[in-house]
Amino acid sequence: MSSAPALDIDHIAKLARLALTAEEKARFAQQLGDVLHHIEQLAKVDVTGVEPTAHASPIFNVWQADVAQPGLTVADALRNAPAQRDNMILVPKVVE
Amino acid sequence: MSSKLYFRTIADLAAALDAKQLSSVELTQAVIARTHAVEPCIHAFNSFDEADALAQAAASDARRAAGQSCGPLDGIPIGLKDVIAVTGQPLTASSKMLKDFVSPYDATVTTKLKKAGAVLWGRLNCDEFAMGSSTENSAFGPTGNPWDPTRVPGGSSGGSSAALAAGEAIATLGSDTGGSIRQPAALCGVVGLKPTYGLVSRFGLIAFASSLDQIGPFTRTVEDAAIVLGAIAGHDERDSTSFQAEIPDYRAALTSQRGPWKLGIPKEYFATGLDPEIAASVEKAIAFYQSQGCEIREVSLPHTQYCLDTYYVIATAEASSNLGRYDGIRYGHRSTAAKDAVDIYAHSRAEGFGPEVKRRIILGTYVLSSGYYDAYYLRAQKVRTLIRQDFLHAFRDVDALLTPTSPMPAFKIGEKADPLALYLCDIYTIGVNLAGLPAISVPCGFTKSGLPIGAQLIGQPWKESNLLAIAHAYERAHDWSAQFPIF
Repeated sequence: MSSAPALDIDHIAKLARLALTAEEKARFAQQLGDVLHHIEQLAKVDVTGVEPTAHASPIFNVWQADVAQPGLTVADALRNAPAQRDNMILVPKVVE
Repeated sequence: MSSKLYFRTIADLAAALDAKQLSSVELTQAVIARTHAVEPCIHAFNSFDEADALAQAAASDARRAAGQSCGPLDGIPIGLKDVIAVTGQPLTASSKMLKDFVSPYDATVTTKLKKAGAVLWGRLNCDEFAMGSSTENSAFGPTGNPWDPTRVPGGSSGGSSAALAAGEAIATLGSDTGGSIRQPAALCGVVGLKPTYGLVSRFGLIAFASSLDQIGPFTRTVEDAAIVLGAIAGHDERDSTSFQAEIPDYRAALTSQRGPWKLGIPKEYFATGLDPEIAASVEKAIAFYQSQGCEIREVSLPHTQYCLDTYYVIATAEASSNLGRYDGIRYGHRSTAAKDAVDIYAHSRAEGFGPEVKRRIILGTYVLSSGYYDAYYLRAQKVRTLIRQDFLHAFRDVDALLTPTSPMPAFKIGEKADPLALYLCDIYTIGVNLAGLPAISVPCGFTKSGLPIGAQLIGQPWKESNLLAIAHAYERAHDWSAQFPIF
């Protein structure tokens, strides 16, 4: 983290499953380069022996009784599906 | 007190409803009429359902007539930010991705408000997926600030603050990840409360950054904030970060908890970049507390300069993970341009998300990606520990901290085109989210050009009662909340 690393926008967009246009790629790479440059100052902080904080609530694990609760009906669960048939969500063929 | 129903407080309207001087249907009709009158200029709502609101109001009136009022919120129209689920109503997060989505269930806060008898009134505009500080990132267009509609209302809960300031609701709910309740409250001249992380359930809130998100109220007064918080707080087994805390009577605490208090002034929050008129107004608030016998101490939060960077690593990392669910398969926008199943993800997301959401997903994916996780995400989580320790250390000596809420008053729509410039809007609010603390923004004056200014009080974890009492003491001695925008 000594200097702002180059952000490989094609690689990251692929990982994020975002089909960016060439124009978006150029613009985001420049803008995020500025943001990353700013973020570089985190490297200055001495974090030796410091535990990470995932969230500030004093809760670390939660157990619940394994009891069935009322859930959504099939109709409610499928209400927002982009395409459906016979109580199933339709997607294009995955394997030929 | 305003003579106009739609500008009155919950406390005052609840008394009028109880005394049968007013019905919830009359009140709801007044709010609906006001909404129609000002929406062309403000655009605070993404959607509303008049028939549904009036049916809720009629049911409330029937309860009161039968002597079965559920309390002070019964019959009060409350608007919800469009990231909080209400069964059968649209839920868009101001995104094209969820343009046609209808909630199949209620958020826990929705269930609680329904139980309290509130009239749920509309879904309020915000930055897309709550990412922004101006509400300009909405896929459905920006919201205007009621004090000057050519200016932003703040964000991301800008619809919530603008609707309340304009009299389109009696209270509203928002969500706060880095200042998204407090900053718009300051810019619109209303009260905004972000509770301690874990006090209010996040079940049914569209997730942005799960370790930072918290739901809270926008109200005209601190007393109203106490009323709404009392209704929405409490443990919920459907949110695993929800805390089993006892919920006190926040409203009673306003008068039972008396000062003088010890207030800390973090010197890092009055550094360069703060608007001089805002600095002067906050100095006056400090002088007020001093005049009431409060001890004022300068304190230091030495890691303040790292808050913004820590936030943008953690928030974007969590967002990139949370927003992975929008893949065009089960719900949300599905691209018709895609050729195969994998292609659906990338194209649906490219078409459904706006530029700021894409930017943050890219940044979040990057800081979590192989080879960079330790350098960015893990390091940011460690710096977060230091930021939280700064606050806890300061709270050994003081009851609360007093700071400006926003470094600047409401700016013009379109004025801040650079993402980094916009990120700086949140410098005084972000630390509170990273540390999981409660904080409230209360109106503390106006600029010479008539724009509202907010002061932020930051409290100790789980000490909302104390925080509200401190804010109430200031509010009672000033008449900022009795001023309304004229347009």
